[in-house]
Amino acid sequence: MMGNPRESILNLVLVLALAAIPLVATGMGEPFYVTLATRMAILALAAVGLNFLLGLGGLVSFGHAAFFGIGGYVAGIAATHAFNNEPLLFGLPGTNQMIVIWLVAILLCGLAALAIGVISLRTSGVYFIMITLAFAQMIYYFAISWPAYGGEDGLSIYVRNGFPGVNTLNGLHFFYLCFGLLLAALAVFSVLRNSRFGAALEASRQNQQRLAAVGIAPFRVKLVAFAISGMITGLAGALFADLNRFVSPSMLSWHMSGELIVLIILGGTGRLFGPVAGAMVYVLFEFYLGGITERWQFFLGLILLGVVLFARGGVVGLIAGKARHG
Amino acid sequence: MAEPILEIRNLNKSFGALKATDNVSLDLRAGEIHALIGPNGAGKSTLIHQIAGSLRPGSGTIRFLGRDIGALGVPERTRLGLGRTFQISSLAPDYSALRNVMLAVQARQGTSFRFLKPVMADRSLREPALEALERVGLAERADVPAAELSHGERRQLEIAIALALGSKAFLLDEPMAGMGPEGSKALTTFLDGLRAEAPILLVEHDMDAVFALADRISVLVYGRIIATGTVDEIRHNPDVRQAYLGEEG
Amino acid sequence: MQTALLIEQILNGLQFGVMLFLMAAGLTLIFGVMGLINLAHGSLYMIGAFACATVAAATGSFWLGLVASLAAAAAAGALVEMTVIRRLYDRDHLDQVLATFALILIFSEGTRWVFGSFPLYLDIPPLLRGALPLPGGGAYPAYRLAIIGVGIAVAVGLYLLISRTRLGMRIRAGESDREMIAALGVDIRTLYTVVFALGAALAGLAGALVGALQSVQVGMGEPVLILAFVVIVIGGIGSIKGALVGAVLVGVIDTLGRFLLPVVFATFMDASAAAGIGAALASMLIYVFMALVLAIRPQGLFSAQG
Repeated sequence: MMGNPRESILNLVLVLALAAIPLVATGMGEPFYVTLATRMAILALAAVGLNFLLGLGGLVSFGHAAFFGIGGYVAGIAATHAFNNEPLLFGLPGTNQMIVIWLVAILLCGLAALAIGVISLRTSGVYFIMITLAFAQMIYYFAISWPAYGGEDGLSIYVRNGFPGVNTLNGLHFFYLCFGLLLAALAVFSVLRNSRFGAALEASRQNQQRLAAVGIAPFRVKLVAFAISGMITGLAGALFADLNRFVSPSMLSWHMSGELIVLIILGGTGRLFGPVAGAMVYVLFEFYLGGITERWQFFLGLILLGVVLFARGGVVGLIAGKARHG
Repeated sequence: MAEPILEIRNLNKSFGALKATDNVSLDLRAGEIHALIGPNGAGKSTLIHQIAGSLRPGSGTIRFLGRDIGALGVPERTRLGLGRTFQISSLAPDYSALRNVMLAVQARQGTSFRFLKPVMADRSLREPALEALERVGLAERADVPAAELSHGERRQLEIAIALALGSKAFLLDEPMAGMGPEGSKALTTFLDGLRAEAPILLVEHDMDAVFALADRISVLVYGRIIATGTVDEIRHNPDVRQAYLGEEG
Repeated sequence: MQTALLIEQILNGLQFGVMLFLMAAGLTLIFGVMGLINLAHGSLYMIGAFACATVAAATGSFWLGLVASLAAAAAAGALVEMTVIRRLYDRDHLDQVLATFALILIFSEGTRWVFGSFPLYLDIPPLLRGALPLPGGGAYPAYRLAIIGVGIAVAVGLYLLISRTRLGMRIRAGESDREMIAALGVDIRTLYTVVFALGAALAGLAGALVGALQSVQVGMGEPVLILAFVVIVIGGIGSIKGALVGAVLVGVIDTLGRFLLPVVFATFMDASAAAGIGAALASMLIYVFMALVLAIRPQGLFSAQG
């Protein structure tokens, strides 16, 4: 697809910068920055999932923390059972293999998204926003009041889960694992956007009546998009739990859902690298503002308000101009 | 005589106390242009919505190609071959004219659940779409986003989409509305040729176009069809003159 | 004894529902008239609670605190409407969500800045400290009964306001047709500010009333806000009647679920497991209820759109 050259250059710069941060940090003996970059990559991955739904489909899910948290709990619960050597369900053992955990997280999040989507996609607009929020909140309260896996206190992962051939305990290696998944998700996003399915999804955002009038039922298109979106965000959740070696209901909280939307808006809604730009800017804000003042969220609020009121289009829009749709 | 392509029997629709569609029966035969005229608020668009499936009738039957389509939704009716244009253009505004038509070609080809092949490189989508644009005279505007097309061009694009769907009958809701005299003339010529391909149910206010094109005309007043006939019959029908043409002078 | 306990729980549910109604009424009014989704409504609830606790502590009078909560929330609402919200009416819902999300961050951190991170406490006024006897034995706190009374009074007041007054007529006109109301010569900007401030005052009142039952702290408005969303989704967005019915349903179902589910589960499993599972499922009950309502009526029970 013919791209916007400035956007392509910006995308390349973003990828190289994100890939370079941990290398430079390791060289300078500052492992903390490796963690920071990993955080960027994982949040970007989660936001790629949401961007698929929100950016392409125009569906404002305010409940994507549900998938992020389910992914996290899959990692936490599997690791806990493996660590304690207790069977998990139906005599199946836990696991500390990331690949298995990822697949289970993706599968479960896809199923959860189908269930939530079937009900919430019957509605639109404000109803959809509130209902996705409510369902995420339901899972949040369930996690809080279900004592088996830590309830409100959350669940620790004592040893980070493993991946064949990679030493995941090494921060740099773990970063590149996450980074690789982010690139893969971006590739998936790009291929899907340019496909027939992507065309139908984008058309459903622009004009649902038109989509139906050419003979494509919008509901099924949106439902499949919702499931794909939930799966990507769920994968990110599993990684996030492994990064922190901890999962708690806060991953399911509505602040998390809001944060994911904020990432996308900061970066550029519907743009391929919008989530990457957004996550990098957001984590940097959090880090530097957080270093200057304890009240950094106050200033984040002011900045966000300014972006919404005066600078729509986000970082990518600011630098690369308006999106083109061929 | 062959069975009509589209057959509407005893259709009723009320909004509260208002009867928007009052026992309407109507058919569309192969090869004809059947015009539906009537003063504003007569219920023409309400009727089109019910035929296209975006509004459920209160009672009555709609048969298309011998099949009762009353229970089907909009997408199913389109897939059966009912191609409609909207009174107010309804397009994907960010997409170019070409991509708007390609969406129709994609829908016609069957599933939209294909996730890999890029559409812009897909000649089986591009070529039929370009062809449809050419037929309505919009080929050189193929790459312009729908939002930037002129009003008349958007009307043309709507028709190109209906063409690309391979429709077996057209429901055209005021296709001339807002077009300049030249555009109307060109479109009249085009529709004249189109009827051989598929019959047209034409809602239109432009009486010159209606009289030039219609094989038959039905007159809708207050939700009720007061007369159906050839152009001459309608012109000389005293009820129509009184209820409708008379008012317009 | 069991009946008394059940009556007590039903009253608790009612009190919870009435409090949700105070929140939901403002949200649904603001959406109905201005088409705005306001996430920061929970912040106005928090402001009401903080204003009440601060003034009550300074003057020793809960009642002055209550007046302060109404005034502070209404003033904050009007200020926010004039500076930020006004710019959002013509924007899409995504922008409204983000901007009001930003307002939450600002209000929450701002409040923490001024009041610190420790919760404040608000005492129940002496007049309402007692308890009233329940039929079948037991007693029920007078203060909670008073909250139920306030909620009923507000519901009646809102009904009269909207059906009988000039302001109400304008609000109804604003819901059905914005252009018509402008054509009638009503100053629409002022109307919007007044409606927003009215909704804010109701949220502030709810915050102050609940502040005496729980602690007053940053973030207290958020769980309530989300429940209020559930309420108006069930009731139908834009409908005050729907907000009332939805709020009472949610309040009673949630409270009774938390009370009854563990009891039910205890009949066929051991007590501690029953308590855990019962509590976990009870916390999901209203969302399941919401899903059921939506499956049957996607526009809610009393949709304003007819």
